[in-house]
Amino acid sequence: MPSVATLAFDYVPALPEIVLLVSACAVLMIDLFVPEPRRHVSYWLTLLSVAATASAILYVFHNTPVRTFGNMFVADAFGDVLNFLTCLTVILMLVYSRGYLAARGLFRGETFVLAMFALLGMMVMISANHFLTLYLGLELMSLSLYALVALHRESGTAVEAAMKYFVLGALASGLLLYGMSMIYGATGTLEINRVTTIIFGGHANRTILIFGLVFVVSAIAFKLGAVPYHMWVPDVYQGAPTAITLFIGTAPEFAAFAFMTRMLVGSLAAVAFDWQGMLIVLSLLSMIVGNVIAISQSNVKRMLAYSAIANMGFMLMGFLAANVNGYSAAMFYVVTYVMSSLAGFGLVLLLSRAGFEAENLDDFKGLNQRSPWYAFLMLLAMFSLAGVPPTVGFYAKFAVIEAAVDVGLVWLAVVAVLASLIGAFYYVRIVKLMYFDDPVDKAPLAARSDMQVLLSLNGLSLLFFGIFPQQLMGMCVVALTRSY
Amino acid sequence: MTAQTVIFYAFAAILVFAALRVITSRNPVHSALWLVLSFFSSAGVWMLLHAEFLAIALVLVYVGAVMVLFLFVVMMLDVNFDKMREGFRGYIPVGATVGLLILVEMALVLIGGYLPAGATPSPGQTGPGYSNTSALGRQIYTDYAFPFEIAAVILLVAIIAAIALTHRTRRETKYQNPNEQVKVSRADRLRIIDMPLEKKE
Repeated sequence: MPSVATLAFDYVPALPEIVLLVSACAVLMIDLFVPEPRRHVSYWLTLLSVAATASAILYVFHNTPVRTFGNMFVADAFGDVLNFLTCLTVILMLVYSRGYLAARGLFRGETFVLAMFALLGMMVMISANHFLTLYLGLELMSLSLYALVALHRESGTAVEAAMKYFVLGALASGLLLYGMSMIYGATGTLEINRVTTIIFGGHANRTILIFGLVFVVSAIAFKLGAVPYHMWVPDVYQGAPTAITLFIGTAPEFAAFAFMTRMLVGSLAAVAFDWQGMLIVLSLLSMIVGNVIAISQSNVKRMLAYSAIANMGFMLMGFLAANVNGYSAAMFYVVTYVMSSLAGFGLVLLLSRAGFEAENLDDFKGLNQRSPWYAFLMLLAMFSLAGVPPTVGFYAKFAVIEAAVDVGLVWLAVVAVLASLIGAFYYVRIVKLMYFDDPVDKAPLAARSDMQVLLSLNGLSLLFFGIFPQQLMGMCVVALTRSY
Repeated sequence: MTAQTVIFYAFAAILVFAALRVITSRNPVHSALWLVLSFFSSAGVWMLLHAEFLAIALVLVYVGAVMVLFLFVVMMLDVNFDKMREGFRGYIPVGATVGLLILVEMALVLIGGYLPAGATPSPGQTGPGYSNTSALGRQIYTDYAFPFEIAAVILLVAIIAAIALTHRTRRETKYQNPNEQVKVSRADRLRIIDMPLEKKE
């Protein structure tokens, strides 16, 4: 009989996750004893917990990768940067959505707790070094998100969106598990860095490996919302309460990007040639379909959903270059996309009020007359998503196109430029509505001061990083080179 | 052919047949019962692989608890499955074509390459004192402690989500308020009417 092994793991690298889990459970309990009118206590505790998690990430920041929990968990610069940004995104999401949630009876403990557990799932995915932890992190995140979408039960569209999200998400999980089991069959291990060693050592059954890879790439494409796995994105974005749409459209992008990097770069870099071809197809279709269909949308949330699809296509174009330049361009793209998307959805939330959903393009008419500052912020967000200089979106698009050209995919770069030209139409249309049309809705715009400050900073950062992108780009390059 | 091989093929055949019946039988209760049989047969296959604990857990948890619950739900909800099947035939050509294409494509890729014999060695013989359960427990609580914890958090989220989605005060819900009930006085419930006596005829 072997002696009983002890649980002498190194817990410090996982400090942020531990802080978050403990405080999520604490908020869950404390919320039970908070009377209804004082619900903001739970809200502030949630913000405090996420902020504490973010500071814990800075405290344990890793310059060299550290593996713990029997090689299942890795803490490296790449993971720490993405974890930190995810926490920041969740803080912004909570601040932006406070008024919206309160007006719809969703300002409840469950919303905060589920958001924290979704964040925990993302962090587990980002720090995973084992297929099992990747999968469990994904499930933790997805389950919390399904519940968050369905939480607005009085709304039929929200329930429908949650159901679609759930069924298609379960299908994607099935694909992922099938692919992972094939890779396990080919290599005999589930540990991400050992998979690489075995493939490079030539001990893997190549047919089975590629067969599994197809399923894994499909699952990743589903999570990113890349065409042809994009069908859920518009329905879920439109059906979910806008605050939850903001959440689904931002923070999980970081997790999905980390998931893709851990899987394709961390463990399957040896078959990069094979996944490169698959990603080219996904990227090409996403850019074209996303940008073309977005033109015909009259619903802002649906339009932003197609915009998300198109933007993920651009991100994939950087990633499929399969070198450090490409990965850092893709990471930069994800970061700037999330920043722009946060600002865009933040303004949609700002225009909504009790009993009124600002989700049609007409609701943006004459925003300049109602509030020139918010119109300017929305202009920055739209320009950034479209890739108009001097906003950061321009530099992001430039970087991914450069990465694709560097590996000889000039034709793909040309398609990308054409697709972004088509895309510019629907972004600029919003700008036209805001500045050149008369307002239909003349209700005053009210927002809490913390939201005003953060939203303004968020919008201005799009301009700031557009003029000085070096710092942000340098951060992405350093995070990747120190980890891979 | 050893006895083990015979048993394996017997269990495998029953498993495939039962799984087919799950999706083809018209009566949902029959489907659930066929599913019980297929779980039971796969438990038998696992037993042959020396995975005693998993086999027993499958029977106890899935057959004993999940399927019983499932049967209750099927019987209590009284869903009209014939109505749900309406239009099913219309989807058969498309569905069958897509399914067949996927099957052929997968077969083309995997023919000859699919884990040749010897790629996965059999688990081997274990001594008489070997306990599958304790080996599994030791693994879960040591090497796999981290994923095990995450799985626990997922279950917690499932509980929170289920309660948040179903248990909340709804306007149309009828419920009793004991506080109000005990305050009731006789006058609220009982009215004594003065009626004149009637003479017997």
